[in-house]
Amino acid sequence: MEALLDIRELQTHFQTEAGVLRAVDGVSLRVREGETVCIVGESGCGKSMTAMSVLGLVEGPSGKVAGGEVRFGGRDLLRMSRQELRTLRGHELSMIFQEPMSSLNPVLTIGRQIAEPLREHLRLGRKEAMRRAVELIREVGISRPEQIADAYPHELSGGMLQRVMIAIAVSCKPKLLIADEPTTALDVTIQAQILDLLRGLQAKSGMALLLITHDLGVVAEMADYVIVMYAGKVVEEGEVERLFREPRHPYTQGLLRSKPVLGQVREELYSIPGQVPNPLELGAGCAFADRCEFAMDRCRRQEPPLAPVGSDQQAACWLHGKEG
Amino acid sequence: MSVANGRLAVQPGAGRSKRSSIWGDAARRLIRNKLAVSGFLVVALMFAACFLGPLFSPYADNKINMAQMNRPPSASHWLGTDALGRDVLTRVLQAGRISLTVGLASMGLSVALGALLGIVAGYYRGIVDQLIMRLADLLLTIPSLPLLFIAGALLSEWKVPPDSRMYIVMIMLAVVGWPGLARMVRGQILSLREREFMQATTVLGLRGRRRLLGHLLPNLVPLLIVIATLNIGGAILSESVLSFFGLGVTPPTPTWGNMIDAANNMIDFEKRPWLWIPPGFSIFATVIAINLFGDALRDVLDPKQRR
Repeated sequence: MEALLDIRELQTHFQTEAGVLRAVDGVSLRVREGETVCIVGESGCGKSMTAMSVLGLVEGPSGKVAGGEVRFGGRDLLRMSRQELRTLRGHELSMIFQEPMSSLNPVLTIGRQIAEPLREHLRLGRKEAMRRAVELIREVGISRPEQIADAYPHELSGGMLQRVMIAIAVSCKPKLLIADEPTTALDVTIQAQILDLLRGLQAKSGMALLLITHDLGVVAEMADYVIVMYAGKVVEEGEVERLFREPRHPYTQGLLRSKPVLGQVREELYSIPGQVPNPLELGAGCAFADRCEFAMDRCRRQEPPLAPVGSDQQAACWLHGKEG
Repeated sequence: MSVANGRLAVQPGAGRSKRSSIWGDAARRLIRNKLAVSGFLVVALMFAACFLGPLFSPYADNKINMAQMNRPPSASHWLGTDALGRDVLTRVLQAGRISLTVGLASMGLSVALGALLGIVAGYYRGIVDQLIMRLADLLLTIPSLPLLFIAGALLSEWKVPPDSRMYIVMIMLAVVGWPGLARMVRGQILSLREREFMQATTVLGLRGRRRLLGHLLPNLVPLLIVIATLNIGGAILSESVLSFFGLGVTPPTPTWGNMIDAANNMIDFEKRPWLWIPPGFSIFATVIAINLFGDALRDVLDPKQRR
């Protein structure tokens, strides 16, 4: 079956004074219909830029998608006209952001903002759109939807605003929802509710979910398939249980070790030594080599390709170069 | 947002009556400001007097009455009469009609022009922005009064009939008024368009017109209200100055400016203060009141000045 979203060798570059910054450097990934794929990685590893590139939001004088292919439902998003892309966004392809507070217009009512994409894409009338908006508010689990529809964003809490954002994003029944750290700005109890909500909506509508997060807990709870990114590249990917049980790349191993485990007492939580390298100063070798405890000479000379390790799992590491 | 307002996020249970909208909130704070309320009352009174007052005056026909020339205030002429025997009070009110109308209309024109051009420049940027803003710069480099004087002198040269001069003066004031406004609006748009909620509308696939009118414009309304209010005062003042120099609205159409001009000689100035004090005071009171009200409006509406 063809994937709903098929990204191949995506390159997103930024022109800086110091040189070309490869924010996304040859990322390939696929999301099938109804599937949940998680992209994990530290800050600055290119997760969000991948999502922005898919939606055609990388623009301006310095940044551009320099290469690759992004196919959505068989069509290449990167070669679409602005018009075509616009009719796709918010309709078949939708996105929610990290900060619900700043993603809503402070001077428009909640109901009005939910109604906007309905009027734009489904061509509903004002009244009909407002009626749908109230239904959507109810569907995302907010009580008293009629009142909330008349409220302004500053009157709602962060968790409710994120529910509203979700309502807006799913209003036109998208086939794919991209969620960029949807729970990062929320407190822990609300996080779980938001994830539950996303899962519930997914079960009902069968939409696919591309979830971007740095929280492995979120990954474990949501993902079917995981993609681990480091310095603009995919370093490991695999089916979720397999990847959690048998992480192959030292970076994935480090990520998993730096997560606290309930009931297990440890002196100090593990953290991966060092910092994410400056993407402008990457050498020829593996970007993780300087922080890797298994680093060999070869790692510094030559970059390891992403290669299958066992079934349903791939890693870009020389440790596994000869296997599989 | 909720924290920045110094108010806790209201849970939906808080009830409808206590719900605060941006407007309700602003209105409440405005009413608490005594200066703003008195400013508003003075302006309202001035409007009521000028537009309704002449209806009750027996001298509204402006007939020249040689028997009643230059009389001081009396029971029959509360503010005296002018050199042609016309009732000064009635004329001040009729002049107020013109002055206020010119102020309002030229404000409306310049706000519409400035907001439209500012929005277009800030939103579409590029060559459109360059063209509009360079034109604005050009108009701003020429001091507006000399510009208006030249325009006024041209009107006199071309012998434009007095009744249509009023409309031309409105347009003139709007033309010199829009550039500053367009600049401010453009600045706001430039910062607003980069805000996350505007990016969100891109992701939602909303078309340009909907983003511009539905999402950007509402964010500008408070700013526009404030600028518009403060602009009325400025426009009234400019019109008075022009008319005082005989370059704006010309007699027989009365305005506050040309009424003062009519008393612009030593004899009238010293001996007949009832000729120039009423229109002078009207200009003074109206402009001060509008500015007080506008300032208070800015305090409650302009987010930049918000404490």
